[in-house]
Amino acid sequence: MPATFSHHFDTPLYNEKATIQTGLFINGVFVDGLNHSTIDVINPSTGKTITQVSEGTAKDVDRAVEAARNAFNTSWGLKVPGATRGQFLYKLATLMEESLDEIAAIESLDNGTAFGVVKGWVVPFSIGLIRYYAGWADKISGQVIETDEGRLTYTRHEPIGVVGQIIPWNAPLLMFAMKIAPALAAGNTIVIKPSELTPLSALRVCSLVQEAGFPPGVLNVVVGYGNTVGSAISSHMDIDKIAFTGSTLTGRKVMEAASKSNLKNITLELGGKSPNIIFNDADVDQAVNWACHGIFFAQGQICFAGSRIYVQSGIYDEFLAKFTARSKMHKIGDPFGADSYQGPQISSTQTERVMGYIKSGVDQGAKVHLGGQRHGEQNGNFITPTIFTNTTPDMKIVQEEIFGPVSVVIKFEDQQDVIQQANDTIYGLAAAVFTQNITQAFEVGHALKAGTVWVNCYNEVSAAVPFGGFKQSGIGREYGSYALEHYVNVKAMHINIGHKME
Amino acid sequence: MPETFKVELDTPAYKGSVSCNTGLFINGKFVDAVEGGTIDVINPSTGKLLTKVAAATSKDVDIAVAAAKKAYKTSWGLKVPGAQRGELLMKLATLLEANIDEFAALECLNVGKPWSESRGFDMKLTLQTLKYYAGWADKVHGHTIETNEQKLAYTRHEPYGVVGQIIPWNYPLTMVSWKIGPALATGNVVVLKPSEITPLTALKFASLVQEAGFPPGASLESNVSPSGATAGTAISMHPDIRKIAFTGSTLTGRKIQEASAKSNLKVVTLELGGKSPNIIFDDADLDQAVKWAAIGIFSNSGQVCTAGSRIYVQEGIYDAFIKAFSEAAAGLNTKTGDPFSEGTIHGPVVSQTQFDRVMSHIDAAKAEGAIPFIGGERHSLTEGFFVKPTIFTNCTPDMKIVQEEVFGPVAAVVKFKTEDEAIEMANDTNYGLACAVFTENVSRAVRVSNALEAGMAWVNCNITTEYNVPFGGYKQSGYGRELGAYAIDTYTQVKAVHINVGLKI
Repeated sequence: MPATFSHHFDTPLYNEKATIQTGLFINGVFVDGLNHSTIDVINPSTGKTITQVSEGTAKDVDRAVEAARNAFNTSWGLKVPGATRGQFLYKLATLMEESLDEIAAIESLDNGTAFGVVKGWVVPFSIGLIRYYAGWADKISGQVIETDEGRLTYTRHEPIGVVGQIIPWNAPLLMFAMKIAPALAAGNTIVIKPSELTPLSALRVCSLVQEAGFPPGVLNVVVGYGNTVGSAISSHMDIDKIAFTGSTLTGRKVMEAASKSNLKNITLELGGKSPNIIFNDADVDQAVNWACHGIFFAQGQICFAGSRIYVQSGIYDEFLAKFTARSKMHKIGDPFGADSYQGPQISSTQTERVMGYIKSGVDQGAKVHLGGQRHGEQNGNFITPTIFTNTTPDMKIVQEEIFGPVSVVIKFEDQQDVIQQANDTIYGLAAAVFTQNITQAFEVGHALKAGTVWVNCYNEVSAAVPFGGFKQSGIGREYGSYALEHYVNVKAMHINIGHKME
Repeated sequence: MPETFKVELDTPAYKGSVSCNTGLFINGKFVDAVEGGTIDVINPSTGKLLTKVAAATSKDVDIAVAAAKKAYKTSWGLKVPGAQRGELLMKLATLLEANIDEFAALECLNVGKPWSESRGFDMKLTLQTLKYYAGWADKVHGHTIETNEQKLAYTRHEPYGVVGQIIPWNYPLTMVSWKIGPALATGNVVVLKPSEITPLTALKFASLVQEAGFPPGASLESNVSPSGATAGTAISMHPDIRKIAFTGSTLTGRKIQEASAKSNLKVVTLELGGKSPNIIFDDADLDQAVKWAAIGIFSNSGQVCTAGSRIYVQEGIYDAFIKAFSEAAAGLNTKTGDPFSEGTIHGPVVSQTQFDRVMSHIDAAKAEGAIPFIGGERHSLTEGFFVKPTIFTNCTPDMKIVQEEVFGPVAAVVKFKTEDEAIEMANDTNYGLACAVFTENVSRAVRVSNALEAGMAWVNCNITTEYNVPFGGYKQSGYGRELGAYAIDTYTQVKAVHINVGLKI
């Protein structure tokens, strides 16, 4: 029997006990990996080990898929009415709400995002997502299409079957909820791999999945590494569809594996280098606040972070001064600290990577206007909010996704020119426009090649509004009714009621 | 302060108390009617008085509408995100679920329907409907429409504001859920008039609305005066009510539509009567056809708008069908009685008035030469309004029993030869609510159901309503749809927005 991890929190913001099962969750029970090996889960604030969890391998993926396939054929899919699937999801949401603080604490400990943010936004939003899709479960319909009176022609939107899902470490619980909810609502069964860096909140929720009474095998969680479990899922011959969120680099591997195995249906949410364009007529104070939120929230570890900030020359100096002052106000520290805003980067590897980008910026001649250093201990994972100016478009810090609290601020003159610069990227996840002018707002917004465009705001996401990337930021959409399209297979039925073949 | 009605029951089906408030529920509170009138509520299984409830008049409707208007502007409508409206509806469903047996029992007392129907059908459908619409509240979408790049064109699907709803007595609580579910989910505020014959479960439900924490005024129910005329008229004529939804008789439906035309042209949707044909072909599964035919006309003592009351049987199986069908009907006579007794499947009709009406249809049928193959009379139970399951044969198309809605457990059976003949006879009616077809042949099943002029068609089943499949009629059975996604359209109005992006003239 796999172990249970218990932790007594003793912090200014939370001091209760949390308990997590640390096994793999397969066929409705927690089990040890077949390899009997473990993964150390590290606290990014301290570098110390929080606990071990069971490590899954390809053979565990096999048994998870078997359980998922079984459940799909007997106790899920179209074997149960949509309303029943919805009721399980509603129940799960209610149970999560009852343990909200505990789940938030586990997440904050594991991922490093400030507890206040996780408790105040991440967990409630995740619960809201599950409720949103619970409501869709009995509202999935196809079309009846008029052809001629000798035929009855209609479509069925059937669940695809067993879906594989691979999620990252930057917002673990939210990633978990946004993946499982639409898939389950539409009738699929799941084998999901949380990041090996941040498995704890998913494991905590598995206990609630058990308590909610989901039939065994409907949701299976296999914690493991990308090159073992991730790879096994991407190439599995009995997984019908894969949904991946993570780096563009890994996204290519997933797509390749899908194409080499059984051509499984694929959706990808990948990286971004999203432009935030601020015009002269913007409300500058608001633009500053949203821009900060856009790049420094969650330590800049957000795929749609507004990392390239384009400021029109008329307000450039004012914006830069205010943006700098505002960024300095962020308190950096332990996520459970009383007024912490920014926590650590997720790991020493990531921290070094971000520091590497900062160095490249300096090396390539950009100016460090603010920050650019580690904060606190020199081998810790905290990085100061960083602002680069005097960049050129070809610099690495302007082209490549850094995934840290590092912004580049670029002066521009002309609307057409900034649109062109903003679109000059392989990415296309999000973009923002700050202007008070109605025509400029829509013209520029519509011209930006991004899956999400914010006007006079940033980072606004909603369970009901689709999200996804253009170009190399991904394929497919999550959230809203659009997510459901990626979790159903359309079958067209042609019933001949009157045509005779000669 | 209005009183509480409470009674202790000790029956095989239900043991415990059953209670509800007897006032009007306005602006989040139970209140007496302004003019102080009351209505007697009768138990149809016994004919005896259950309790009195407050009788609303136009003065109470005015107060209710004013409160609703205020709520719409401040604490409901688009002031509140859809997800929040949905959560309140789900809370309401959860509270109902926790008290479902008591609600079922109260419905049995007031309507006379057997426990198996009340608990096993009405309550189940009510809960499904509420939960379903809770899930729609944050999914009401307009569209963006591509015109040209110098225009942003999109639609908003906005609530109407204050909507009036008038519901009948045959499925009292279920009808509440069909009406308020989509109306509240889409952000409307409601003034609802239950039937004066069966107000009790609606009143009890209002307590849950209070408990769930709906903003006062968002969902209002006001009880109605004896003839229905006063409060119902007040609602249909009210200048501040933007839309009215009515379920009931075609006769009253006309008055509602007329009142709208005379007042503020409020949007009207109507669910009216029916005389739905049930066509049984030679190649039907006879055993199944008999069972479904019985369900179609004897459920709820035939007090169902979709009742399959005209049964067309192809000549090849006619004799076998009549024999088996009448045996099924006869079998109900020994299962007739008090709703709470074990084994009761057949209950009374809802009131003395209805009883008299049904009996007069039966008498008229006999007078016109139809043969009461079975039934055609009062049940031997002397208390209450029990009519025996009745089958008339030897019917011709022009007979009243074939043309007019009886709303009781009375079937008119007609023999036919060909498919075309059956379709023609089936469509020969001003109604168009539902129809049913029994055949094992796939082409015929689709072809015939396509040809029938009705808002709902059942193939090899009958009157099995699903909460997520649209419900409504053709022709004089009404217009507009309830249930399913279609009800969301029924309770929203479309605003098209055209934003100029850069076009200078």
